Amino acid sequence: MAAGNGFNVDALVEPDRVHRTCYTDGEIFEREIRQIFHKAWIYVGHESQVPKAGDYATTVIGRQPVIMVRHSDRSIHVLYNRCPHRGTMLCSQRAGNVGAAFTCSYHSWQFNLDGRVRHIPIQSGYDNTRFSLDSPDAHMKPVARLEVYRGFVFASLSPTGPGLKDWLGTAIDGIDDMCNRAPEGEVEVVPTCFRMLQKSNWKIFLENQLDAVHPSITHTSTGLAAQKVEKEMEAETGQPPPLSYHYISAFAMELDKWGALDVVGHPNGHCVLQGYMGLRPTDPDTLEYEEVMRKHYGAERTEDILDVNIHHLLVYPCLSIQSPLQQLRAVRPIAADRTLTEIWHFRLKGAPEPIYRRALDYFYLVNSPSTMINADDLHNFRKCQEGLQSEGGDWVSFHRNAGQDRVEGGITTTNIGFSEAPMRNQFVAWRGYMAVEEGA
Amino acid sequence: MSKARKSLEPTDALPVAEVSLETQHHVEQFLYRQAEILDDRLWDDWLALFTLEGHYWMPAAPEQMVGEGQPNIFYEDHYLMRVRIGRINHPNAWSQYPPNRTGHVVSNVVVEAEDPSSGDLVVRSKFLVAEYRNDDQRFFAGKYRHHLTNSPDGYRILLQRVDIVNVEGPFDYVLQYWI
Repeated sequence: MAAGNGFNVDALVEPDRVHRTCYTDGEIFEREIRQIFHKAWIYVGHESQVPKAGDYATTVIGRQPVIMVRHSDRSIHVLYNRCPHRGTMLCSQRAGNVGAAFTCSYHSWQFNLDGRVRHIPIQSGYDNTRFSLDSPDAHMKPVARLEVYRGFVFASLSPTGPGLKDWLGTAIDGIDDMCNRAPEGEVEVVPTCFRMLQKSNWKIFLENQLDAVHPSITHTSTGLAAQKVEKEMEAETGQPPPLSYHYISAFAMELDKWGALDVVGHPNGHCVLQGYMGLRPTDPDTLEYEEVMRKHYGAERTEDILDVNIHHLLVYPCLSIQSPLQQLRAVRPIAADRTLTEIWHFRLKGAPEPIYRRALDYFYLVNSPSTMINADDLHNFRKCQEGLQSEGGDWVSFHRNAGQDRVEGGITTTNIGFSEAPMRNQFVAWRGYMAVEEGA
Repeated sequence: MSKARKSLEPTDALPVAEVSLETQHHVEQFLYRQAEILDDRLWDDWLALFTLEGHYWMPAAPEQMVGEGQPNIFYEDHYLMRVRIGRINHPNAWSQYPPNRTGHVVSNVVVEAEDPSSGDLVVRSKFLVAEYRNDDQRFFAGKYRHHLTNSPDGYRILLQRVDIVNVEGPFDYVLQYWI
């Protein structure tokens, strides 16, 4: 199953099963980096991470360290984090402010906030050499393409391909859902990013996000423990438990209920899982929020916005977004068996504080480093990765409800929440990216 | 018993209160006992260390002033701690196969403040924790700050602030329970 010239996507991906080496093979992983992460639109960050001129945030696109920076003209730039002189990274922190220019700590080369060279010391030394300020080699390199949609910054390292909106297609609804829930139509990042390492392939993480069978099995211990405490709290305090307990007790809801959820597969591997937590209760905080929404949007538009019922949006291959709770996880693959996720959450601009607190509770319980939920997910992911090394079988099965999906206009829908349609949909996109290597 | 909790916000000063050797001894024994309780996973004893309103707090940033309304690594009251204990004790807590094991060392115990009338204390200390699970060993180091109330049954925690030195992460696997 060698990659490179011997790479044969037909031998790896069938409509209802994929070969285990897609998760374990180092050469296939390198091809994924080149063909998927260095070509597709990848989420870099949110523009509210860099509000002031000179503010920057660093991350990676595939294997490429990059800097997202705010220019003095308010524009956002994404630049390779590399000094053109000797290759030194220009920003070594995760975030900060560089002032009016990037200055290299090695030989003091300086660059404007758009990456154009500003000053080179001892410039006379370059007289009569092949080095020229007119050459692109003198400047910090920008990413090939950059687009910002409602504050969400995406970059592609490939000069060609569909624009961001075309690429997102109908999956753009998930980003709109998050922003529309803000009375002012915008979200603002909370500047705490939790970073989690997983001893597993990046695809295992994404597949799990829309797997409606696993919660009541993987998370049964947490769900039942929360249910028990909910009852005790009610008995001891006479008060109904706060909504946050429901976030985790809902993991123990009966399997049938998960099976009734809708799942939608969009082109390019993006997927949506319908919501299940009933995030529109009638408590005073929610009613106050809805009143604020009506002031901004009017009654009819407010109903349309709040009726959107999304649990997870997957932007393949880089993002898992929970729009009604304003949080996302960005996927940064490190190796075939190693993945970093960057976990962020957002405030709805103009929404009352209790609505933020509600999302914060979920961020804590599900996405913090002490999460009881991902404790069992990460444990399973590692076991998947180690089990897939086994030669006890070659295939990963995505057969459940195969052949029963409704496909219309490139969009796959199923109202069987248990269907493995989202996994199959992701691998349709994977095939497309991986099959032919340009320039190979 | 309802008592106002101190916020245990970060401070550049390192205050030291003059306390009796007896007080110093008792508070050290209390901290050692808490460390043993974690290492031996004595969950009922763990809950009993806190007042009913007590909180265990691990901020997500060293400069964080309060736990309420902020992203935290831990911010748990009695009820959330009971959920966590219920999970760990459940036979289907998959990540407890194998369970994690810890060894705590607590030292550098300094009483910052003593309320002369109640005997309540604010005390800071340093800790080192080794954790072993599933062939992996991790280390955590940092600073505890305890706001303790002096009850007839001994000290109880109103608020424990835990600042780990690697607060920014990345975290290679989660923290399944308190450090």
